[in-house]
Amino acid sequence: MKKTAEIKPEDAAKELIEAYPVKVGRKRAKQIIINEVGLEEQVPEVMANVRTIPGIITMRGCSYAGCKGVVLGPTRDILQITHGPIGCGFYSWLTRRNQTRPAGMKDPNYMPYAMSTDMQEEQIIFGGEKKLKKAIEEAIDIFHPKAIGIFSTCPVGLIGDDVHAVARDMEEKHPGINIFGFSCEGYKGVSQSAGHHVANNKVFTDVVGLIDTPKQGKYKVNILGEYNIGGDAFEIERIFEKAGITLHSTFSGNSVYEEFASAHTADLNVVMCHRSINYLAEMMEKKYGIPWFKVNFVGAEATAKSLRKIAEYYGDKELKDNVEKVIEEELGEVEAARKDAASRCAGKTAMLFVGGSRAHHYQELFRELGMKTIAAGYEFAHRDDYEGRKVIPSIRVDADSRNIEELKVTQDPERYRDRLTEEDRKRLGDEFKFKNYEGMMPDMDKNTLVIDDLNHHEMEVLIEKYRPDIFCAGVKEKYVVQKYGIPLKQLHSYDYGGPYAGFKGAVNFYHDIDEMLSTKVWSLVKAPWDDSPQLTARYACE
Amino acid sequence: MLLRHTPKEIKERSALTINPAKTCQPIGAMYAALGVHKCLPHSHGSQGCCAYHRSALTRHYKEPVMAGTSSFTEGASVFGGQANLLEAINNIFTIYNPDVIAVHTTCLSETIGDDLNQIISKAKEEGKVPAGKYVIKANTPSYVGSHVTGFANMVKGIVDAFPVNTGKRTNTINIIPGYVEPSDMAEIKRIAAELGVKAIVFPDTSNVLNGPQTGKYEMYPSGGAKIADLIKAGDSAATIALGPIASGPAAKALDAKCKVPCEILNLPIGIRATDEFVDRLRILGGVCVPESIATERGQVIDVITDNQQYFAGKTAALIGDPDQLVSLAGFLTDIGIKVRHVVTGTAGKKFEKRVKDVAGGDVNVKEAGDYFYFHQLIKNEKVDIMFGNTYSKYISRDEDIPLIRFGFPIYDRTGHQYIPSAGYRGAMRLVEKILNAILDRQDRDAAEEKFELVM
Ligand code: SF4
Ligand code: SF4
Repeated sequence: MKKTAEIKPEDAAKELIEAYPVKVGRKRAKQIIINEVGLEEQVPEVMANVRTIPGIITMRGCSYAGCKGVVLGPTRDILQITHGPIGCGFYSWLTRRNQTRPAGMKDPNYMPYAMSTDMQEEQIIFGGEKKLKKAIEEAIDIFHPKAIGIFSTCPVGLIGDDVHAVARDMEEKHPGINIFGFSCEGYKGVSQSAGHHVANNKVFTDVVGLIDTPKQGKYKVNILGEYNIGGDAFEIERIFEKAGITLHSTFSGNSVYEEFASAHTADLNVVMCHRSINYLAEMMEKKYGIPWFKVNFVGAEATAKSLRKIAEYYGDKELKDNVEKVIEEELGEVEAARKDAASRCAGKTAMLFVGGSRAHHYQELFRELGMKTIAAGYEFAHRDDYEGRKVIPSIRVDADSRNIEELKVTQDPERYRDRLTEEDRKRLGDEFKFKNYEGMMPDMDKNTLVIDDLNHHEMEVLIEKYRPDIFCAGVKEKYVVQKYGIPLKQLHSYDYGGPYAGFKGAVNFYHDIDEMLSTKVWSLVKAPWDDSPQLTARYACE
Repeated sequence: MLLRHTPKEIKERSALTINPAKTCQPIGAMYAALGVHKCLPHSHGSQGCCAYHRSALTRHYKEPVMAGTSSFTEGASVFGGQANLLEAINNIFTIYNPDVIAVHTTCLSETIGDDLNQIISKAKEEGKVPAGKYVIKANTPSYVGSHVTGFANMVKGIVDAFPVNTGKRTNTINIIPGYVEPSDMAEIKRIAAELGVKAIVFPDTSNVLNGPQTGKYEMYPSGGAKIADLIKAGDSAATIALGPIASGPAAKALDAKCKVPCEILNLPIGIRATDEFVDRLRILGGVCVPESIATERGQVIDVITDNQQYFAGKTAALIGDPDQLVSLAGFLTDIGIKVRHVVTGTAGKKFEKRVKDVAGGDVNVKEAGDYFYFHQLIKNEKVDIMFGNTYSKYISRDEDIPLIRFGFPIYDRTGHQYIPSAGYRGAMRLVEKILNAILDRQDRDAAEEKFELVM
């Protein structure tokens, strides 16, 4: 077994595509990159957000999953109806670990309910709008929601059902209820990513901006792209509260409808998962004048840095002092835990292949443990998530992306408000970056591998070649990797642990990774007789 | 309260399903295909379905679940998925080298109207299917039936593809085990072996979805029905199909195709249903039931008679798949538990009668029902124990009713992969679980002076 440092990345890149038919190999080669960071964070171009090749065992899911599952799913009081055959609604039922905490027993929480029109052959042939309308009536009758989202699955578009028209009709009948549809059919785009965009658009046009009453409090910030998996948003809420920052709305972990509807009244948008929600940040800036910048609450250092940036944005001494106090208080415990875990984890290697931001964010936590990320990639991200937003102008928009609507957004004549004065801008200077995301690659070492849309075969090759100490991916990969005797940390579900965000989350993560890497169970895999299977000696009892 | 919006009052719903007690066909087809050795299931549709099905099966089995997808994009949805499937077949054989690709459709490719037979023929013509390799198929439109139907359709797809009647009858018995766990399939095989009956069991997911940790990953684990055996199944003396809904169609198709007569029995869950299975197997195989099986049987009955007082008069609510529920309802009734509510998500006219025949005429039975309705039934008439999949735990917690996990999916506990609920051994496991649930509850709720040491 070669040490990682002795493996030539060029060899690995070659081996990864060796088994492929020529055409497949050619395409994949453009998605397998040996990292290099040049001047001004210049990195090689990676092909991303392109079709998965038919027959390839991919990690990716679909647009519906990105729309309903990721973006809207975590909201507890928007009643969500899947329009389609039963499967899609069934699989997206509570499987993403979005935690939510209704204030009281009387407050709505529809998340434990999976609602579907359970389309039958009759609707496929004659259309499903009638059934959808009836389903909405029945839902209103039982649940009395203030908002309903309708999510389209694959057949809906094909049979010509117009969910938007149904939504309008039903809204007319029930003027007190906000009803909106999503054209997030599974075949749209090339991955979940298309669904994120569809969700962003609809939430922007149909929800944000409806309620003009802001939350009470100072320093009103929205967090975009935090879905409260395993309670991450709870931890961020805790830190914000401690620092005196008012968390206005989270899109969409532990969120409620009213917070979305009034999100345009906040001072600032900070973006966690750039891939899934940058559209909303951009549109809110254009229409309402809310500036945004990227933050990361994964990793203790990153959390501290993000808090400081928020404080810097306001430039307020009281807030800055508060933030410093919080960081100092929290880092004590974090440092102790980190040191302890790092004494065992340092020097070990990790690979991360997941999502559209986590494969980047979690490198922070590994770095804090002294571990090396030797290969990473996203499941459904775009070039800007790899190379940084600076490449956006040069991204070619192909047919698959073109079928997702780009909204034309203009300033809202009444609600647009410039959040920054000239003075603010001067104070912040050019150093202070808005609308920024440098991407994953500038953060990674030279000669590490960056692989977009990693598939099963390539995962096998990587593991056999590098045998990393830990692999991070999702549930479909988990048991494959573990059969190799290598622990896999799920970065979608956290293996039902977490939270991993914020300070407490970092401590949890150090602890969990330490345990995974030092557990004795793997030493049981080999039986004592495995090395000498042939019995030649005599029985001791003879 | 987790399910805080579920009212006690039941209103008729005709369009909205709330908390489904079924899922879509392809996942059942994928599961069945994994029961063929060196077979890679392939989902012909957009990749989201495949991701969902693989994830769901993975969460249930905690094992690798491999499957390809045609990864439709909008273009394929408009122009048809032929090009995607042809490319997929070529890629799969080149990269993953299975012996069989088992293609199933999704609601998307069905709505488009892709003709699998034609596409597969074309793949063969174009030399995309290497010699000695197979591409088999099943149509699994998700807007018809449920995951159980999908399973049945793929098992039928296996029958359409492999068995050959050479004219030389053997004394082998085919057993189609139904949509049950790998552990159950292994148990059914073991019973046949104990009896000394030569059996071909298919599909067979044992040693595929309950594999050992060896430190080595095998894309195609040792389990699964072998192609050679599947071909020979056409010469067998008879077929026993366990579970009319999951196994019936394949057994009938095999009869029609190769003149192998079939008997369709209930799933061997509980004593009576297992008795029926063992008895038919003994007669068809021309063997005697050995002492070992008689002992296993006697042991469960011993435990049941010893604990009769704890079962007597207890009430139960059941939700799950039709074949399972019929046998389970019968078993519970046999041991003295009163079955009160039985709900399945799968539509089927005969279901009500099948349940009532074994559990009595006053049971609340519903086909094409959902968890929401099931919960309402319980709110209207509380029970002592519940049987159902993982989703039942929300009701179990809200209503404070002990839950015995039974069926698909079980995402939050383990054991079902490895330890059967079929056969007498399986009955023993069920009895142990039921007793634990009842007695733990009694221990938890007993007044201090009523707290028993010996039970
Ligand atoms: S689109 Fe159809 S086949 Fe796919 S998961 Fe949904 S119901 Fe199932
Ligand atoms: S964090 Fe990952 S899983 Fe979550 S939305 Fe972003 S990309 Fe998706």
